[in-house]
Amino acid sequence: MIYRENGQFKTTYAADQQIFTIAQDKVFVLGVIAFAFIGIPLLADEYMFRAILIPFLILSLAALGVNLLVGYCGQITLGAGAFMAIGAYAAYNFMIRIDGMPLIFGLLLGGLASAGMGILFGIPSLRVRGLYLAVATLAAQFFCDWAFLRLGWFTNYSSSGSVSISNLSVFGWGIDSPLEKYLFCLCFIVVFAFVAKNLTRASIGRQWMAIRDMDVAAEVIGIRPMWAKLSAFAVSSFFVGVAGALWGFVHLGSWEPAAFSVDRSFQLLFMVIIGGMGSILGSFFGAAFIVVLPIFLNQVLPALGHLFGIEISTAGISHAELIIFGSLIVFFLIVEPHGLARLWSIAKEKLRLWPFPH
Amino acid sequence: MKFRSLALAAAIASVGLSAAVVSPAAYAQAKEQYFPVIVYRTGAYAANGAPWANGYVDYLKLVNAKGGINGVKVSFEECETGYATDRGVECYERLKGKGATVFQPLSTGITFALTEKAPIDKIPVITAGYGRSESQNGAVFTWNFPLLGTYWVGADVAIQHIAKQAGGLDKLKGKKIALVYHDSPYGKEPIPALQERAKMHGFDLQLLPVAHPGVEQKATWLQIRRDRPDNVLLWGWGVMNSTALKEAQATGYPREKMLGIWWAGAEPDVKDVGAGAKGYSALTLQHGAEPNSKVVKDMLAMVHAKGQGTGPKDEVGSVLYMRGLISAMLGVEGVRKAQERYGKKVMTGEQVRWGLENLNLDQKMLDDMGFAGVMRPVQTSCTDHLGSSWVRVHTWDGAKWNFTSDWYQADQKVLRPMAMLASGKYAEEKKITPRTPEQCKQ
Amino acid sequence: MGFFVETLIGGLMAGMLYSLVALGFVLIFKASGVFNFAQGAMVLFAALAMARFSEWANIALGGDNLFLANVIAFFAAGVVMFIAAWAIERLVLRNLVNQEGATLLMATLGIAYVLEGIGQTIFGSEVYPINVGMPKDPVIMFESLFEGGIMINKEDFIAALIAAILVAVLTIFFQKTPVGRALRAVADDHQAAQSIGIPLNRTWVIVWFVAGLVALVAGIIWGSKLGVQFSLATVAMRALPVVILGGLTSVPGAIVGGLIIGVGEKLSEVYLGPYVGGGIEIWFAYMLALVFLLFRPQGLFGEKIIDRV
Repeated sequence: MIYRENGQFKTTYAADQQIFTIAQDKVFVLGVIAFAFIGIPLLADEYMFRAILIPFLILSLAALGVNLLVGYCGQITLGAGAFMAIGAYAAYNFMIRIDGMPLIFGLLLGGLASAGMGILFGIPSLRVRGLYLAVATLAAQFFCDWAFLRLGWFTNYSSSGSVSISNLSVFGWGIDSPLEKYLFCLCFIVVFAFVAKNLTRASIGRQWMAIRDMDVAAEVIGIRPMWAKLSAFAVSSFFVGVAGALWGFVHLGSWEPAAFSVDRSFQLLFMVIIGGMGSILGSFFGAAFIVVLPIFLNQVLPALGHLFGIEISTAGISHAELIIFGSLIVFFLIVEPHGLARLWSIAKEKLRLWPFPH
Repeated sequence: MKFRSLALAAAIASVGLSAAVVSPAAYAQAKEQYFPVIVYRTGAYAANGAPWANGYVDYLKLVNAKGGINGVKVSFEECETGYATDRGVECYERLKGKGATVFQPLSTGITFALTEKAPIDKIPVITAGYGRSESQNGAVFTWNFPLLGTYWVGADVAIQHIAKQAGGLDKLKGKKIALVYHDSPYGKEPIPALQERAKMHGFDLQLLPVAHPGVEQKATWLQIRRDRPDNVLLWGWGVMNSTALKEAQATGYPREKMLGIWWAGAEPDVKDVGAGAKGYSALTLQHGAEPNSKVVKDMLAMVHAKGQGTGPKDEVGSVLYMRGLISAMLGVEGVRKAQERYGKKVMTGEQVRWGLENLNLDQKMLDDMGFAGVMRPVQTSCTDHLGSSWVRVHTWDGAKWNFTSDWYQADQKVLRPMAMLASGKYAEEKKITPRTPEQCKQ
Repeated sequence: MGFFVETLIGGLMAGMLYSLVALGFVLIFKASGVFNFAQGAMVLFAALAMARFSEWANIALGGDNLFLANVIAFFAAGVVMFIAAWAIERLVLRNLVNQEGATLLMATLGIAYVLEGIGQTIFGSEVYPINVGMPKDPVIMFESLFEGGIMINKEDFIAALIAAILVAVLTIFFQKTPVGRALRAVADDHQAAQSIGIPLNRTWVIVWFVAGLVALVAGIIWGSKLGVQFSLATVAMRALPVVILGGLTSVPGAIVGGLIIGVGEKLSEVYLGPYVGGGIEIWFAYMLALVFLLFRPQGLFGEKIIDRV
């Protein structure tokens, strides 16, 4: 009843090609963004910002990047953590080696460096595909883990190999409080989400999808696989690199390569698959699921045990957390292999007919 | 299908709801001194993390059993990190909102992250025997307390011990010492101090990194077999230590020439190597395994006998258990000291920092608390957050650890200038103005 | 020269150990098309079961017959692995038939979490020894030929021998037994196999069980070397380059790949490592595999993928 597109006629090509062709969608998305900018700052407390919202936003951005590569271009990667690391360390080096480097440029340059490396490590994708490629991307992961530990130049010869950055500011606006950090990340993610959405609607996104669906056929109709695959690697790595830089700069403040380990790569791939491959919205769902679920289990399980008079040890909780996390992943894959985004679209379909389904 | 979609809906709803649940309830004025306990009882380092955590929690229970800190009861809550920095940060954010007194993360990576956050939240971070070495300079690192020892202390004493066995520091010239280290900030911390000593005494330092988690060390030990270093320093954690000892056995490197840091000298490291680790020595952070100390007997009588023990009974008094226990004791004593100045009530993080900065545990106090023979007096100041740097060496005889050396003390003539230099660099990067003696008096 | 030979031998033996884990990957991929990231967790799970059962059996037997305790523990752990295989097929694989490779891969990661959680809940998360009487001390050979002789680690040598025997047994199992033939048929073509009456589900249980047994053997060998603890699960990461180098579907590939990777990483660590600061062996193995892949995208012995439009 509410969600119905009848009567919304497109009279121009421009209207037909807009991002949200249904007025309700547009209102909804604008509403969510407005809520994120105005509502959440009023509601959330410091813990929410620092432990949930900021990691959620940054990891959404990273998941978005991974989704462009995995979901849209069909190239499975297990090395996303490495590109986060490249982004973080490159941004760090731009910031400390160039005096007066503005923060936003620093972060974007970090992303660019990551994009460059992405192209390099994307080259095998021209020959290798599928699971072989997935494992091959682990080479990037382990190489970067090693390089940032061992090559002193990257860490400015810090004796422990851990780097840190503070006193972030943009145009004289100091980003210190959790709220400011949250808004800063939010600005990034909103801009990048729109860029990603438009990329996937544009010619380049269509090329990626053609490659994903069948690369030989795509080549036959005149798409250059090299250009399409490498551009996907570059754009994806750029997103992931910026996310990595934000993770280091804004969330952790001080980091070592272990912050971007192979576990992080798996986590990002989880987000994409659980959220929904080939869906911008899915990246957000996936990130929310993966970020919130462990914290949620960690807090609810003891309370639950308490309810039944069982005292669960910390180790017991984290083992249970592993078990539940693992089973939920399997459960979701079985019930909805297309991810949470698919559930969302099913809900929309239902809503369209509501309250009079045939 | 119906059931599935129901279950699915429930799962999603619960995750959605969780956002509301996970946010910690606003804390009313607490009546108990709240100790967050950051631990790892799972993951790659669980075997070493668990005894430490048990000791830590047991000591807090013991404090309560003895009537609290001057009548103020202690409350505590565990948070599992699995040794991951981001989980540690989440724990920190969650627990600090509940009136945290002091954080002890037991991870160099988490320590680095908290070093950036603690000054903003005004919560002290105790890193007894780990953390940033330069944070002994309290003028810059206002909130970090690497009490009892840093890795530079460890490195310095290790060289002293090797020199003593060789017959003097001048005998080190031309010797070759290999450092087998965990490839992380933890393992890299001692390198500057070792290099400094290598320059002073003219020995050759060979660096052999081992990738996390340290289960593959064949190449490392092949190199040791080829180069035959005079001594091997082992700077590992968790499974890396026992693997190193097994590889040493497999390549025939004499265990007598191996010396571990205090994190590589506990029961889990040698237990399943057994006789193969015989003769292996490790530094101690003052204490070793102390099953006969008074505090352990108190613990067994007042906590474990009542069935309130956190871990298994036979673990009480083991090396890492004692380390956790002593870490908790230092935090508690910081509170006690702060109460002298601010009154016998619940202390804030800022007040505890004052307490930790003015800590003065003399022999009598230690004896009263049951730490006679376990550790030596500790006295901190505003600029010296280290407190003491006494180290002994103990050796594994195939079944238990025995002390085999006198007390050593790190040479602050070497370490202090290094710490000043490194912390100065940090202060410059972070635009921190070091505290002056006048500010310290406040 | 002696040192070079020593490194070479060390690499070969390490390679055999990787092959053991890699075998598990290959078996499952061949039969069900699942890239099983849970192989590492299975190794951990099996080793934990073995270690604890052996400990408990030893206590139950009065502590004087370690051999018998180990045999009991081996069978008990085998039963546990069978239950795990059955549960995985029943609860996961059966419901995920015909899904994409990436989805299946994620599902196995989920299985890995569950196995790690359950294993540690039941069996504990400390370090447990497995004592199957492996010799720990090295032997020095050919002292007349090379200065200092050639050191061979007896434990590694025995482990390599066991791995070789296992491969031989598996080969016979696949080539000569009806079950083995059924497995190969399923690996070739699911639908064709089903149409001639081979029950898919049962075959999958069997192959996961066989992979579980391989994991058990790997777990015993690695566990006896390192002690059974959580990090055993990470040996899977070391075995991955072996699998892709050798080809995902080839048993001999897993062996040859293991040897190449083992030798390559040890030689690189010892001879190249010191120039770049050391610790290069992990990524070197992956790079080596990657370079191989550029020339043979399906791995050394993998099946060539042919696309038609």
